[in-house]
Amino acid sequence: MGTSQGCVATAAGPLTAGNMPDSSTSAQPPKEERIMTVARVGHPAPDFEANVYLNGGFETMKLSDSKGKWIVLCFYPGDFTFV
Amino acid sequence: MKELGVEVFSASTDSRFVHKIWQAEELSKMIPGGVQFPMIADASGLIGQAYGVFEPAAGVDIRGRFLIDPDFNIRAMEVMTPEVGRNVNELIRQIRAFQHVRATGEVTPAGWVPGKPTLKPGPDLAGNVWKEWKPEMAF
Repeated sequence: MGTSQGCVATAAGPLTAGNMPDSSTSAQPPKEERIMTVARVGHPAPDFEANVYLNGGFETMKLSDSKGKWIVLCFYPGDFTFV
Repeated sequence: MKELGVEVFSASTDSRFVHKIWQAEELSKMIPGGVQFPMIADASGLIGQAYGVFEPAAGVDIRGRFLIDPDFNIRAMEVMTPEVGRNVNELIRQIRAFQHVRATGEVTPAGWVPGKPTLKPGPDLAGNVWKEWKPEMAF
């Protein structure tokens, strides 16, 4: 888990075979492949690295850091909205 | 969620900075101390895309909830258009049900809540569920 406090902080986003860091060693440049992973029950959760706000601080985390525990991941349309 | 041993993450396309101010200005007024779980900044929508909840026309992640087991497999999901909020009690019921199944190998029929009978799958049960489970137990 790293810490990045700048205005623009990159995080790897979805971690698929196509954009894992060590895939750059292959002879062919990795094709710009948009994320095709579709989450399905009974199948592995799509892993990702993301920037987060947690308890007053900015951090970078991977979802799979919590592997071994039950996880609830909730998406919602926006901060300061109504529901 | 803590007593169920569940780690919670929230995600929207807002930046971490917006999450911080939302926590300070509003969430902390709903919950003393504010929320204690990581708030993911999915500004690109790529994480939402991976989970099938990104709406490109609006640039937002619509309301979606995913329950992931300790083997990192998705067990349950619920995706809704944004105008209707979640039912947290149903999420808790699903967590308890999946945790029970994982611990015991039993299965939970429709309408199961903790304390109600479960079923033990096997050849003897095939065709005999009617003896164990009645439709009124679904409610």
